[in-house]
Amino acid sequence: MSKILIRGAKVLGGEPQDVLIDGETIAQVGAGLSAEGAEVVAADGKVLLPGLVDLHTHLREPGREDSETVLTGTRAAASGGYTAVFAMANTFPVADTAGVVEQVWRLGREHGYCDVRPIGAVTVGLEGRKLAELGAMHESAAGVTVFSDDGKCVDDAVIMRRALEYVKAFGGVVAQHAQEPRLTEGAQMNEGVVSAELGLGGWPAVAEESIIARDVLLAEHVGSRVHICHLSTAGSVEIVRWAKSRGIDVTAEVTPHHLLLTDEMVRTYNPVYKVNPPLRTERDVHALREALADGTIDIVATDHAPHPHEDKDCEWAAAAMGMVGLETALSVVQATMVDTGLLDWAGVADRMSLAPARIGRATGHGRPVSAGEPANLTLVDTAYRGRVDPAGFASRSRNTPYEGRELPGRVTHTWLRGKATLVDGKLT
Amino acid sequence: MQRHLISAADLTRDDAVLILDTAEEMARVADRPIKKLPTLRGRTVVNLFFEDSTRTRISFEAAEKRLSADVINFSAKGSSVSKGESLKDTAQTLEAMGVDAVVIRHGASGAPYRLATSGWIDAVVINAGDGTHQHPTQALLDAFTMRRRLTGRDAGLGQDLSGRRVTIVGDVLHSRVARSNVDLLHTLGAEVTLVAPPTLLPVGVESWPCEVSYDLDATLPKSDAVMMLRVQRERMNAAFFPTEREYSRRYGLDGERMARMPEHAVVMHPGPMVRGMEITAEVADSPRCTVVEQVANGVSIRMAVLYLLLGGNEPAVTHTRTEEK
Repeated sequence: MSKILIRGAKVLGGEPQDVLIDGETIAQVGAGLSAEGAEVVAADGKVLLPGLVDLHTHLREPGREDSETVLTGTRAAASGGYTAVFAMANTFPVADTAGVVEQVWRLGREHGYCDVRPIGAVTVGLEGRKLAELGAMHESAAGVTVFSDDGKCVDDAVIMRRALEYVKAFGGVVAQHAQEPRLTEGAQMNEGVVSAELGLGGWPAVAEESIIARDVLLAEHVGSRVHICHLSTAGSVEIVRWAKSRGIDVTAEVTPHHLLLTDEMVRTYNPVYKVNPPLRTERDVHALREALADGTIDIVATDHAPHPHEDKDCEWAAAAMGMVGLETALSVVQATMVDTGLLDWAGVADRMSLAPARIGRATGHGRPVSAGEPANLTLVDTAYRGRVDPAGFASRSRNTPYEGRELPGRVTHTWLRGKATLVDGKLT
Repeated sequence: MQRHLISAADLTRDDAVLILDTAEEMARVADRPIKKLPTLRGRTVVNLFFEDSTRTRISFEAAEKRLSADVINFSAKGSSVSKGESLKDTAQTLEAMGVDAVVIRHGASGAPYRLATSGWIDAVVINAGDGTHQHPTQALLDAFTMRRRLTGRDAGLGQDLSGRRVTIVGDVLHSRVARSNVDLLHTLGAEVTLVAPPTLLPVGVESWPCEVSYDLDATLPKSDAVMMLRVQRERMNAAFFPTEREYSRRYGLDGERMARMPEHAVVMHPGPMVRGMEITAEVADSPRCTVVEQVANGVSIRMAVLYLLLGGNEPAVTHTRTEEK
């Protein structure tokens, strides 16, 4: 593999520097590096970040290849600046055995756009009754470290307790989709002023918060770590903040859409805004942004959830829940966190690369941009402003809530272990 | 007035009064030996009913026929919809047949809004009840009934319901009728009080333009109209209230409670009534109960809405009023 010299990149938003990639690793970082024998990429003041890591992606393969495959999903990831994604377990069949997780892992390796780290189901068939073979999935080639029934909550307190305890043996973590099922029967949107008016079934904040409260207490009791998926309410932030102040080993993620959109969007009855957990209120959005800034929320995770057009081109109640997010995540984070002054680019690198890699034990990812580190890098044109055009997505699905919306920032280059997966905004 | 009728909240005061006044004109047609106007001759209206509803569909159908429209009835049961066809495909199929207006009843809140705004079809959309969202023609016929009873048929023309006190009792949470009535009655200047057990009021009701009370007996003496909503017995299985009897004792309207209402006050019900649950037979059959009038008025209101949304500029009733007397 040849050498690549990235000329004049603001590493983590700092002063422009040159970064020399040699083979799979970063060889040198400094001013005025020699371009001899290297292909030169003129960064011209673009921001260089460690390759982004998404702890929460739905790649849909196996089973729903009509909405996404490992290939299209990892191409979308590379487009969005990601070098590693954690693939959720709610496929068909469910990723609850070593066989399924190895298949997904191998597909990711073959395609080579982005490392795929499969997440294993906590319970067999995501049914919440019987633990899946967590140890076998961990020991498989896929080396699973994150376990989640995402899409469904592990609502049985005993099963949750056992899962939290069991994965300690190999340093795993349970990622909880916090949704009390009885409180959310028939739920269609955040319960509040807007749901009352629209006549859509309410999804109370307490359904999320009560599970988070229970699980941080369980984690404390058994001395395990727990990760909270897509935290969406101001109350959840308060509980996680309290748990961290007690020294409980809890981490939490927020999605880009919960940092930007509110339940007011549902007034359009356009199912592109239908998502689980639902869009909340302005007050929640501000609480989530502040929590991400102060570190109460550790990471941004996309919950990239592709759906075919027909599953959204219908009445609200009949529509599927979820939004694609890999290709817009960094832009939304720039709009909501950087351009608002809440977070600098080093902070973005932490929340979107370093911390998720640490939580998911993604070796080789989320490393500093310095000599000797793996060349997993993302170059961002932060001055760019443009409207979101889903027709240009690499994802097989188009269910974005940002169509036509002006967002800042554009990923121009992504390198996975020194190999360019995205050059000048085009996939290789 | 907007092109479609999706929500009672979309109507201005003047829109609503115009519809009520037009409905009074339409009501006169019902008094004629030949109850028909040529206004919508050559126009096609489809009644697209995804939910079972006998009375609303028949009311729309009667209104459409009295205006000489060609009527197509489509009910989801046994149709392509039960074979998995989407709302979009069903609507486009119907429009391809040259439909000018779609009257839609759907179990999903927002389905009529989607139909009107998604670019699927060009026809005028009239909401005949969607999920627990809106039922605007019901609110209009209720307002029409109140204005007639409380102000008078002729004296009411051009008038709104300023200062009238309306109490709506029952399952507000699951009621599109309650939502539409709160919106429309507020627009027309009435003061609305919702009375229900707290379990049957939506979280967020505090932002609605109305008062909320848990005490029916305290509210009745201050009411010009009391609207009872149907309470489905199955609700008690989901713990909304303990038993049917307890519900009736606390929130049902019987003769004794009716006697506490002011003498001029009326009892209303959108139907179908659950006698013995929210209303006793004594009240339902009393002259103060307007339930049968509401049905008759429903046809006039729906004629008015169809005429105003489809009829264009031609006068609906060409003969002068003196001729009819």
